[in-house]
Amino acid sequence: MPSTIRVRATASGERTEVQALVQHPMESGFVKDSNGQTIPPHYIEVLTFEHDGKVLLTAYWGPAVSKDPYVKFAFAGGKKGDELKVNWTDNLGKSDSLAAKIL
Amino acid sequence: MPDRHANPDAPADPARRAVLQLLAAAGLIALGTGRAAAAVPGWPEEAFRKTSQADALAALYGKPLEMSDKVTLQVPEIAENGAVVPVSVGTTLPNVTSVTLLVPENPNTLAASFKFGPGVAPAVSCRLKMAKTSPVIAVVESDGRLFGVSKEVKVTLGGCGG
Repeated sequence: MPSTIRVRATASGERTEVQALVQHPMESGFVKDSNGQTIPPHYIEVLTFEHDGKVLLTAYWGPAVSKDPYVKFAFAGGKKGDELKVNWTDNLGKSDSLAAKIL
Repeated sequence: MPDRHANPDAPADPARRAVLQLLAAAGLIALGTGRAAAAVPGWPEEAFRKTSQADALAALYGKPLEMSDKVTLQVPEIAENGAVVPVSVGTTLPNVTSVTLLVPENPNTLAASFKFGPGVAPAVSCRLKMAKTSPVIAVVESDGRLFGVSKEVKVTLGGCGG
């Protein structure tokens, strides 16, 4: 099964820029389907980025983050070929993770 | 005699049914408590439930917010689609440990909160849903104090659902 996470991390000099896209419905729990039934909330609560055994960024998200979330940030100290670990967990306890190489 | 296990239409005896119902109830209870225990550690549940900016910030940080021109917030002036509103925050402030985004007119004010590790540039971009026209407030925690900026986004099509 393909990963829900797509990440692109590029190092240039000291700075590594990270862009990530996650496939997730991010249902808010406020929306009704065509039969008038409320679609239960289903959203990512925590997304983390790790490099060299340290957590770079922890995102705490609620239902107001858009479907198929996108996040972009940058950090110092990454090198080409280093591993970047991405992990998310949602409100239903589902999760996914991915290890990507810095380009 | 037909195998009852293979035939779902066969009447189950009452005792067996009672046991099954009990098991199902126990399962539901286990699911309920399991869910509470499984809430991702560190996720600020209380802050995410709040409907006012002040309450959400109090639950998340418990300290006062001052407005600052050292925090930059990039948002569209007009969002045609409230389901996908691009938001970028940056700052020239030192020692940034977190950035929080609030949308006061959404059903729950707190949209996202980012914790920054050492060496991470104090800037982050993401995309938020907006139910209707509202300010977007970016809060930066720098040296343990809170600095914020607010910008109005006009939403032409509400997007709490996409």
